[in-house]
Order: sequence, then structure tokens, then C-alpha cells
Amino acid sequence: MEEPRKIYKVSEINKIAKNLLEEKFPEIWLEGEISNFTLHSSGHLYFSLKDEDAQINAIMYKWQAGQLEFVPENGMKVIAQGKISVFVKGGRYQIIVYGLKPIGIGALQQAFEQLKRKLEREGLFDKARKRPIPMLPQKIGIVTSPTGAAIRDILNIIERRFANVHILIHPVRVQGDRAAGEIAEAIAYVNERFPSLDVLIVGRGGGSLEDLWSFNREIVARAIYNSRIPVISAVGHEVDYTIADFVADLRAPTPSAAAELVVTNKIELEKKILLLTSKIKLSMKHELDELTSQYRRLVDSRIFLHPEELYSQFQQEIDYYLEKITSKCAHFLDFQKERLNSIAGKLNVLSPLNILARGYSITYKLPENEILKSISQVTMKDKVKIKLHRGEIICTVEETDIPVKKESEKRGVKGE
Amino acid sequence: MEEMKFEEAVSRLEKIVQQLEEGEKSLEGSLKLFEEGIKLSKFCSGKLEEAKKKIEILTKSEKGELAAKPFNLEEEIEKKENNS
Repeated sequence: MEEPRKIYKVSEINKIAKNLLEEKFPEIWLEGEISNFTLHSSGHLYFSLKDEDAQINAIMYKWQAGQLEFVPENGMKVIAQGKISVFVKGGRYQIIVYGLKPIGIGALQQAFEQLKRKLEREGLFDKARKRPIPMLPQKIGIVTSPTGAAIRDILNIIERRFANVHILIHPVRVQGDRAAGEIAEAIAYVNERFPSLDVLIVGRGGGSLEDLWSFNREIVARAIYNSRIPVISAVGHEVDYTIADFVADLRAPTPSAAAELVVTNKIELEKKILLLTSKIKLSMKHELDELTSQYRRLVDSRIFLHPEELYSQFQQEIDYYLEKITSKCAHFLDFQKERLNSIAGKLNVLSPLNILARGYSITYKLPENEILKSISQVTMKDKVKIKLHRGEIICTVEETDIPVKKESEKRGVKGE
Repeated sequence: MEEMKFEEAVSRLEKIVQQLEEGEKSLEGSLKLFEEGIKLSKFCSGKLEEAKKKIEILTKSEKGELAAKPFNLEEEIEKKENNS
């Protein structure tokens, strides 16, 4: 009996092959060099992976290609993660790639440069957005491996400097595939749960470029960018620059340097406060000295020592005027006196009394005291007064005579 | 002053030093600045002494939540060696 031959259809055999391969290789890591790279207008990536002897077709769908942190290029060495499958219509077997990771210095360097350019364009490295690291951070978060060199170095520094700071460590893996995710998550977590942290140190000790690679991952860069707590990056050695360093608010060349930054600050600050304090004391003293000597100068000035000088000048002036006035008055008085004298002299000449001095006399009738000019004014026995140059005589009229002959005899009686 | 940040206090103190050094204040003004400066200086020195040394590590509790507990480097290394 002849067994009936099973005749497959092409599509059937391709499907079987597809199922077999997918079952056998649902997830593999495949190392190779990229060639024939095409970015299709659909967004899917088509390329080959090859080694020295062979090659395999690869496709990466656009939803996964969008997750890539670098743009694959021909010649780039990568590790592809994916499943082996068959393109049924074309009968071509291929790897459907989920993830790609560059390997080797060249590829890593290329990926690094690509991501750096991309994030730079997006503004993640902008100087303007970098926040100042607080002068005196007291609560310090550290995202690193709890057993690595970084934490040991940081604690050493803090121990050595007697720094009283509060340190909170969020342990993470710092190398391997899951490190980047853990680091990014930790940064987000402490931001949410411990927003009172003054500063966050993110880093690890030295290692190869691959060891440090987590800190070149976009997810870490974005977590640092989104951190509300200022971030100090502290990755590897002085010469190692990572993407994290560019995004961080401050790059410390090493973890020890990060610790020193945080702690040295404190010693510097103590010095600074002391200096500032002594400065204000000094300037205050200067000012008081200045004011005191100013006061001394004033108190010791001539005017306070000889206050009379203030008015002696005026006194002198007054004296001068007073003297002037006095002499003016004296002159005036003299002049008036002279004038008076001359008038008096003239008056004297005219005075009837002067006539008396020459021997004339005046006779008054009493009691009327009426000057007698005619005999008719008196009768016998009337009392008369004769005024002489010196003294008076009271007489009684004994006889009257009409003056005809000797007038001088008849006018009155002469007596001394 | 309690609410003041350390850096604010330092920069204010620096400003006071500058103003006092320029010395164009009245005596009253200077004394006021001086007094404020001394207060700031005490505040800053106080802040420098304030923090207590404490080193903690976040560890997962049984509920799977992270909680802070004192950190000891040797313990961590020991744990790691036991795990591997």
C-alpha cells in the first residue's frame, strides 16, 4: 500500500514554517552588523543583520522603531531583540525586531552623539533651565547602587569632614539592561515622595563605556530633566561625560567630587559668614570711630574753645560806632554851646540889666510893680521900688517935680 | 526670619556689608543695618549647625512600599554577597 503523499500548498508550508520558527524562537538576542538599512515611508525599518559569513533579513515595525534612542546606520554593531518569523507571502524568513542596542565603542559613541544632538535640540541642556544647587543642602538624596564605589566614596567624604547632613539613598542597579529604568523611576519616586530633598546626586563609580551606558539613556535624561529637585550628576571618572551630565543642573566629575561639593560648601560658608560678620563689625567700628573723631574735631574747634570770638567782632563794631556817635554828639553839643554863648553875648549887650550896670535904675510903683515913666503915675507918699544894678531900694515919694530943667535930677533918686 | 532661606540670608548679609562699607548712611541707618547683619549672621551660623547627621536607605517593606531605614554599607554588601 502506497501511502498517499501529502502535498502542501506554498502558503501552507510557509505558515507552518512561520509557526515552527516562532514557537522555537519567540524571543532571541541576535548580534550583528546592520546593512541594507531602509527607513520605509510607512515608518517601518528594513535592514539586514550580518556577520562575517551570513546575513538575515530584519524588520522593525514603526511602533517599536519609535522607541529607539538612536537611528540605526549601516555598519553599526547591534544586539537585536526579537522573534524569528517568516514573511508568508515572500517565503522569506526574518527576524522581527522589538529592540536594538548598539554595541562596541563605535556604535555606542554614535548613539551617544545622536541622542546628545537630539536632546540638545529639544532644549534639555539649556543653561537657562539649570537650577542653582542650594548653598547649604541638608537633605541629600542619592540615587545609586547601595554597594557600589559611588556610595562608599560619598560616605567617606562625609565621614571625613564631619558633615552633619541627612542622606537618603534610593538603591538602584547602575548597570545592565534594567538599570536605566530603575534610575529613571527612582528619580521620579524621590521627587514625589521626598520633595523636601535639597539636592539629588545621581551617579555611579567608574567603569567601561558599556558600564556607564545607563546614564546615556534617554529615559534617564528625561527623568533628570523632569526632576523638581536640583540634580548633581556624578558618573564615573573625570573624563567620562554622559548624557546625564549634560542634563543635570550640575556635573560633578566623580561621586567624591559631588560629596565634596555638598560638604565643602558648608566649610566655605562657615568661613564666609565669619568673614562677613567681622566685616560688618569692622565697618561699624570704622564708622563710629569716624563719627567720634568728627565729634572730637568739632568740640575741639576754636569756636567752642573761644566762643567769645563769635561776638567779639560785633562788640568791636559796636564800640566803634558808639565812640563815633559819642564824638559826633560832643561836637554837636560844643557847637550848640558856642552858638548859645554868642547869642547870650548878644543878648547880654541888649539886656536892660546891662544898662543898670552903667548906673541907670528902674523905678517901680508898688504894690503894682509898674515901671514908672512919668510923674503923673505917682502921688505923694506912694511907695516905690528902685531896681539897681545890684539890689533894690524901697522909697517913699516925698516930693514930685515936673521936669523942666535938669531932667536927670528930677527923674528919680539915685542910690546905691 | 524663620522663613528665610539660607542663601537669601547670606546675600542679604553681603548687601549689608557692602552698604556699611560704602558708609553713606546716617548713624541710625548704619546701626539698624548692623543690628540686622548680626541677626543674619547668627541665623546663618545656626543653620549651619542645624542639620543632624543621618544616613538612610529606602527599602521595600512587606507591602512592597519603600520606607527609609538606617543605612549600613557593610550590611548592604553582606546582603548582596548572600544573594549571589
